[in-house]
Amino acid sequence: MASTTSKAPPKVRPKHLNLFQISQPLPAVMSIMHRMSGAALFLFLPVLLWLLDRSLDTEVGYDLVKGIFSLVIVKVVMAGLLWGFMHHFCAGIRYLFLDLHMGVALAPARKSALAVYLVSIPMTLVAIWLLLA
Amino acid sequence: MSNRIVVGAHYGMRDWLGQRVTAVLMALYAVLLVLVLFIKKPVDYLAWHGVFSPVWMKIATLVFLACLMYHAWVGMRDIWMDYVKPTGVRLVLQVGTLVYLVACGLWALKIFV
Repeated sequence: MASTTSKAPPKVRPKHLNLFQISQPLPAVMSIMHRMSGAALFLFLPVLLWLLDRSLDTEVGYDLVKGIFSLVIVKVVMAGLLWGFMHHFCAGIRYLFLDLHMGVALAPARKSALAVYLVSIPMTLVAIWLLLA
Repeated sequence: MSNRIVVGAHYGMRDWLGQRVTAVLMALYAVLLVLVLFIKKPVDYLAWHGVFSPVWMKIATLVFLACLMYHAWVGMRDIWMDYVKPTGVRLVLQVGTLVYLVACGLWALKIFV
């Protein structure tokens, strides 16, 4: 009888999951956004350094940066980067707690993933209001 | 035969720990910067320049930026290791990332020294 189990056809399992078909749990969405926001901040690093350099260098440079920040497209990109930073910041703190083995069970992990959004999005809105509005 | 490859992980926890330590230091700096901005409320060039002119603020900012470069290196290397499989391509991307981050770090040094 043991031979029948070994001859059973192999289970067909999806080896390559279609990310557009499967429903991702919230911690997974939060996780990939943590990675994407990190990569975005990495890519914009020279832009941010240039703006910081110009704005601190001379008064002319400061006015130039102020002018750049008055453009709507710049405000939109900066708002996106602020969200990226806030998400990366909050999700990162969540990971630090997970690394300390705090909140690793499924239920608290899902709650804390939701908390990342509930904290980071209002923080982003306040930052946009204070810095870009 | 070792299955270790030249662009693999360093098979240790140094970078893993380093990424977390730098994360905590950067989070503390972010809180510090927000507090300083709330206290000084810089609305013109002189006040904005004044935010970064104290020596302690320059040091804190440079420590933050040094942490950022190391933190971003570990994170970007994780991304390359996860998604880019050919060794040669991965090596080019990793070297490119290092050059990019070192250049950014030197630029930051120029701004705050």
